[in-house]
Amino acid sequence: METITKLNNPYGEDKVIDACGLFGMMDLTGRRFGSKAPVKAISNMHERGNGLGGGYAIYGLYPEHKDDYAFHIMYLNEESKEKTDRLLEQNFDLLQAEEMPVNPAANVWSPPLIWRYFLQPKKDAAKNQSHDDYVVQNVMRINTETGGAFVFSSGKNMGVFKGVGFPEDIAEYFCLDEYEGYLWVCHGRFPTNTPGWWGGAHPFNILDWIVVHNGELSSYGINRRYLEMYGYHCTMQTDTEVMAYALDLLMRKQNLPMEVVARILAPPLWIEIDDMEPNEKRLCITLRQCYSSLLMNGPFTIIAAHNGEMIGLTDRIKLRPLTAGVKGHILYLSSEESAIQLVASNLDRVWSPRGGEPVIGRLKTMKPVEILAPKVRK
Amino acid sequence: MKTYIEPEFIVERDQDKCIRCKVCVNQCTYETHYYDPEDDRVYSHDENCVNCHRCAVFCPTRAITIKRNPTQYTENWNWTREAVTAVKNQAETGGIILTGMGCDKPYYTYWDRLLLNASQVTNPSIDPLREPMELRTYLGAKSDKLEFDLESGDSILMTKITPQLSVETPLLFTALSYGAISFNVHEALARAATEYGTFMNTGEGGLDRRLYKYGDHIIVQVASGRFGVSPDYMNVGAALEIKIGQGAKPGIGGHLPGEKVTEDISRTRMIPAGTDALSPAPQHDIYSIEDLRQLIYALKEETDYTKPVSVKIAAVHNSAAIASGMVRAGADIIALDGVRGATGAAPRIIRDNVGIPIELALASVDQRLREEGIRNKASIIIAGGIKNSADVVKAIALGADAVYIGTAALVAIGCTVCQRCHTGKCPWGIATPDPWISKRVNSDIATRRLVNLLRGWSLEIKEMMGGMGINAIESLRGNRLQLRGVGLTDTELKILGIKMAGD
Repeated sequence: METITKLNNPYGEDKVIDACGLFGMMDLTGRRFGSKAPVKAISNMHERGNGLGGGYAIYGLYPEHKDDYAFHIMYLNEESKEKTDRLLEQNFDLLQAEEMPVNPAANVWSPPLIWRYFLQPKKDAAKNQSHDDYVVQNVMRINTETGGAFVFSSGKNMGVFKGVGFPEDIAEYFCLDEYEGYLWVCHGRFPTNTPGWWGGAHPFNILDWIVVHNGELSSYGINRRYLEMYGYHCTMQTDTEVMAYALDLLMRKQNLPMEVVARILAPPLWIEIDDMEPNEKRLCITLRQCYSSLLMNGPFTIIAAHNGEMIGLTDRIKLRPLTAGVKGHILYLSSEESAIQLVASNLDRVWSPRGGEPVIGRLKTMKPVEILAPKVRK
Repeated sequence: MKTYIEPEFIVERDQDKCIRCKVCVNQCTYETHYYDPEDDRVYSHDENCVNCHRCAVFCPTRAITIKRNPTQYTENWNWTREAVTAVKNQAETGGIILTGMGCDKPYYTYWDRLLLNASQVTNPSIDPLREPMELRTYLGAKSDKLEFDLESGDSILMTKITPQLSVETPLLFTALSYGAISFNVHEALARAATEYGTFMNTGEGGLDRRLYKYGDHIIVQVASGRFGVSPDYMNVGAALEIKIGQGAKPGIGGHLPGEKVTEDISRTRMIPAGTDALSPAPQHDIYSIEDLRQLIYALKEETDYTKPVSVKIAAVHNSAAIASGMVRAGADIIALDGVRGATGAAPRIIRDNVGIPIELALASVDQRLREEGIRNKASIIIAGGIKNSADVVKAIALGADAVYIGTAALVAIGCTVCQRCHTGKCPWGIATPDPWISKRVNSDIATRRLVNLLRGWSLEIKEMMGGMGINAIESLRGNRLQLRGVGLTDTELKILGIKMAGD
């Protein structure tokens, strides 16, 4: 953990500050597609990054291993790999382990050793807890106890590829042209207070959840303290990590639907709530009362995803950009409309959601789900 | 016995400016000024002056200046004027030295050693004149988790959370008891709280029935003397507060002398007129934490679980552990009153030496409740020496849900913090039961001044929040990264849970 904190936040700042370009593309029918469009789109937003971080999450990635946990693990040294391998062998059945295929000619900065594993918790290992909780616990152990290993990705039938470089270079490095998925989320990063390190790039992942993020939370201090109450330790000191843990707590542990979660992270204003119908009003008031410490304040745009679902959301007063587009069964979310137009001409619909209005793409639901911000009567 | 104590203040009157209107003579309730018809001049008994400025403010020609007596004892850091005078005073009276208001010693006021953050470049500041800026706060126990019925496809909320107080600004008027302060002041506090959408606290002296109509904006207090506690009283308020202790006098009770128990006060406190109103030091049915639980639930039963119950303690050495017990005992709100908290009357030695600064108590209570995972189960209101809106913002960033103001509210309606509340002769008509003097507070004007204060501070809070890039107060609450310390030791920084400026 020492090592990771030091790498991620070498100056011991309150938190790591960055800003970014985001792109998400999902085929709502579940049809898988290749890297061409998503990589082209994120590359078009080159100026939104500074070469210190780029990354991708791909869903529907490993159909041949769809029920196994796929771990992508980065190693800073041999010793951490030995420790991690021991830990994995003790706690999991390893179905496959291989060094990640890469293209060393790509223009990336100081790549670490990266391995890919397909695994299942040992039969008698995960007693009294769900497999997911067991996996989370082991991921935390690898990140904190091995002194140089970091789990990029730990979900089923999905994977995260990320590193230090521009997104187009990262795609080349990981040979993403050889993969297909029905949902791609892409990210280019512009950190201001960290030299990039491979683990610090987005997407941020736990289980099959990923978040990419553009913004800086002014509420970070309290978001983090609230999550600490529920046992989350923010080792990375980034807004994105806080966002990911909030989603994990609300959606996986408390089983709240995305529509409700969006209203926790970016709730309507009181003047809007005061004007709502009684049931909706009660819901929104109660959410703000109970989850006030998870209100994400200050500028942000996120694209979050898990198997079968992708959501785009901005802060309540939209201090960061987000554009959505639809063509046929494909939903696009992007920091800039130009990136969407580049890869999909003649869109059926293209729009800028208002602050706090989530846009949700759900597999087999052929239209994106939206919650429109309430209109305040004069 | 001849007193050896010299006047603390000297009244200087510019005889060229004085028009012998006798306003000062009539305004001074301590009989400092007198008119000599033979000389056709106004003179002063300096020894009576308490430096309340009533005469100076109301003198139409600004002829009066009040000065600290320049005749001082030989300079001595240990034997200060206060120390010498106190000994002489006790040698002459054989009693406890009483005082009013809060601790006046230069013990660290940590607020002044905390600095706030602002957004630059990476994160935009927000202009509260052009963008929404939300101060609304709900006080009470919150659920950790909400249950939804998702069957129908819609998310139907199944959880019903316990009653909450809604405040439009995180400022409440603290407990100021009727008897210690006049009816007009109580009325103005109730009206201002109602107008601004916040609350006043009755203090331990009950609530005059004339003010029951403001009940939705009143927290009714239940203290060790149980003055004025009736079913009507408990049910008319929006919340109840059990008073265990007070920052100005932790560990000791109260004493409203019989001469202050007038007819109205007698009726409200439910004790015979002219008898002393004695508040025991402890609540005699609470000698332990499980007893507190019983009283909390007795009050909840009485009010049918429709109102949050607050428990107020003085900030003392083990506040964090005590607060944790209070939350587990069922308190919906914890009120913490620090060493600088004020009073209508307390022994000076207690006021200035017992209790700890509210900043440290707040920081450790908030942190402890978080470590124990029970911070959601109660709100924290702090009190004790909050003097401006920056103190409020810093308190909220340290972890308070809201702030009680007392002295600031009284200053708004005329108080000059002369520390003589215990005499009952407040020339400003505030800390007095005397119906004639208390007419000096016009409830309409006092209400206006209080509402203006709430408004002014709220606007400033919004400006500071906007600067930090925060547009809802809940994102400031407990957000200690917005604070930095200056001139603090490592231990102080650790307890406050903040970093040094520049770090």
